[in-house]
Amino acid sequence: MDITICWAAIIALGIWMYIVLDGFDLGIGILYPFFPNAHDRDLMMDTVAPVWDGNETWMVLGGACLYAVFPMVYSVVLSALYLPLLLMAMCLIFRGVSFELRAKARRTRHLWDLAFIGGSAGATFFQGVVLGAYLSGIPVSNGQFAGHAFDWLTPFSVFTGLALLITYALLGCCWLIAKTDGDLQRRLYRVVLPLTALQLATIAIVSLWTPLLAPMFASRWLDPVLLHRLLPVPVLVAACTWGMWRAVRARRDILPFMLALGFVLLGYIGLLVSVWPHAILPGITIWQAAAPRSSQMFTLVGALFIIPIILAYTMLGYWVFRGKSKHAELHYH
Amino acid sequence: MFSTSVLSLARIQFAFTVSFHIIFPALSIGFACFITVLEGAWLKTGQQVYKDLCLFWSKIFALAFGMGVVSGIVMSYEFGTNWARFSSFAGGVTGPLLAYEVMTAFFLEAGFLGIMLFGWNRVGRIAHFAATALVAIGTLISMFWILASNSWMQTPQGYAVVDNRVVPLDWWKIVFNPSFPYRLAHMGIAAFLVGALVVAAIAAWHLLRGRRDPAIRKMFSMALWLLLALAPLQILVGDMHGLNTRRYQPIKIAAIEGLWDTEKGGTALNLFGIPDMATETTRYRLSVPHLGSLILTHSWDGEIVGMKSVPAADRPNSTLVFWTFRVMAGLGLLMAAMALTAAVQRWRGRLYDSRMFHRFVLLMGPSGLISLLAGWITTEAGRQPWVVYGVLRTSEALSPTITAQQVGVSLLGFVVVYSLVFGTGIYYIFKLAGSGPTASPDTDPPAGPDSHARAFAIARGTAPIGSPLKAPTGHR
Repeated sequence: MDITICWAAIIALGIWMYIVLDGFDLGIGILYPFFPNAHDRDLMMDTVAPVWDGNETWMVLGGACLYAVFPMVYSVVLSALYLPLLLMAMCLIFRGVSFELRAKARRTRHLWDLAFIGGSAGATFFQGVVLGAYLSGIPVSNGQFAGHAFDWLTPFSVFTGLALLITYALLGCCWLIAKTDGDLQRRLYRVVLPLTALQLATIAIVSLWTPLLAPMFASRWLDPVLLHRLLPVPVLVAACTWGMWRAVRARRDILPFMLALGFVLLGYIGLLVSVWPHAILPGITIWQAAAPRSSQMFTLVGALFIIPIILAYTMLGYWVFRGKSKHAELHYH
Repeated sequence: MFSTSVLSLARIQFAFTVSFHIIFPALSIGFACFITVLEGAWLKTGQQVYKDLCLFWSKIFALAFGMGVVSGIVMSYEFGTNWARFSSFAGGVTGPLLAYEVMTAFFLEAGFLGIMLFGWNRVGRIAHFAATALVAIGTLISMFWILASNSWMQTPQGYAVVDNRVVPLDWWKIVFNPSFPYRLAHMGIAAFLVGALVVAAIAAWHLLRGRRDPAIRKMFSMALWLLLALAPLQILVGDMHGLNTRRYQPIKIAAIEGLWDTEKGGTALNLFGIPDMATETTRYRLSVPHLGSLILTHSWDGEIVGMKSVPAADRPNSTLVFWTFRVMAGLGLLMAAMALTAAVQRWRGRLYDSRMFHRFVLLMGPSGLISLLAGWITTEAGRQPWVVYGVLRTSEALSPTITAQQVGVSLLGFVVVYSLVFGTGIYYIFKLAGSGPTASPDTDPPAGPDSHARAFAIARGTAPIGSPLKAPTGHR
């Protein structure tokens, strides 16, 4: 296989891991306003306290690999999306430190609750904005960004920002259902179906809106061969919805999270299909944007060897902290 | 093509964010290794004092580590947002090095941090120790890669420039570039010194407040032993690093020493002076003949190249680096003096009694961090005006479309957010440090069977968390 395709796949995997893993961490922050009780909030945060840092590292991996293998994408996309990315980084600062500081604070705990909520929701929103702006295309000349500072701010990018809030909230809610029990879990079950409905609506709107963004998307999506292959996707979305309804009715612990992953995976596949084989839309392919072969090769040797090990001990970490979270047990503070 | 204000603002922003950031990884490296040693000692001897210290320092480590992670995320984006031309030019080399850092270090730290902090009741003692050790190893691996990248930018080799971008040719040469071994050793020792000085200062504070329990004495003693070994060693390594810099970045050395002319027959060392970039002189010089040659060439009349040997546009800011270097070196000498004093006090049996000495150690607490920052400013400002030495100028590294407003506003944002967030974090680090480790009831225990069994039970998760051995320190 072509080494550049290999790299595109690794980065796609990294972004997928990030969306899934940090998605539910951030989702917990988004759900925080609906669970004002301090004890509930302690429990909710405890479910991710041992793992959030590793989850966030997938984003750093995505960024670093982009920098290593597609330095042009890294420099163009980051210059073009300067403000949303910096705002996202600042939100992630607030989110990250509130794990530690909220536990230490007494009188100011409500402020760190706010930092956790604002940081999580803000980081999610700006990630969605970045996604929307990326899909809308970025002007490039001579390998450098050639647009304006506020090109990223469009109705579409704001919508994708809001859509990602729904997605992460759904992931967070289903994660919490798997990790809690009793009264808190009962209240979480009530939130799942409304969130699922909203998720369906956003998937539908983004699917209809994307072809309108650029003729390229339209021709791709209306290509008969591809259309034929993607026919099962709406069916699978419907199946996930039905499954979610049943799973909530039957009060299943883990199944809702799996089905939420199903939604995200289907959406993500749609996204990859739209973008492939471009590194920057419109017009720059992954091969045009790739680093020298020696850079790709040097990093690939490590990646193919190390990423499976990372996946193994990440699973080990989740295994160690498996089962329902118990507040009293976790705390070293 | 850029107004100087964008360049200055972008440089100030980078200097601000990276200076804030480096504090926390430096503390993390020192603390993680210290905690690993403590936990190992606890496993080996079963003495409760080690476990108490281990838990105490884990809390402080967790805060410092968290701050390091979040401030580091900003750094990894800044290369692309502010320095896009640098990223697209040098990304072929610095990118893979960063990617290796993420894959071999960040994941290792993050993956086992959860077990280290929250896993006491979830895994066995040996497994927990392994997790702690892996976190510490992760911090060291992280230092390895980031210094390889920085050193390559200082002394680049093993590459070619094709189509206006760097193409790596020999990765061995790139990683093990001429300044790398020296910088790695210098920074590694510096991180341990930073940690040891903070540990010693916190112990000194508790000693001054009258605490004499084994935990305080143990950490005071351990930190000072480490300082005795490392502070003199650091002077030696620093000297070797200096020789290496003279060979590969002679103008940096000239700027550090405030030397303008290449002198024949031995160069003096300026102890004091204010280098003036405009008039090309060092004013108010107070110098010792031949000492410059003696230190930098290890010979009586070795030649040191002056700044005038290159055009004014190629000279770093000597006024700045002359002084940052002296702050670093002066504090380094003071650290060695402190460590030697400690050895004398220990020999006289007064290590835990001399209030004068405890005050001195307390005062020296931040000296490691200050000299760390001063040293980094020296080496980074000293390689200007280059970002990749001799290859790419800092002014050519900026993002093409970036505006002064963007950088100015984001800089303001960072100053506000960092002051708020990291100010609070540092406040809690102080608060935790002030409350001190749990004072165990069993004073100076020869691992009694009872205490051992209880500790073991807690580690296995069979004893309740609130049992006296793991009593909380007042938080939560």
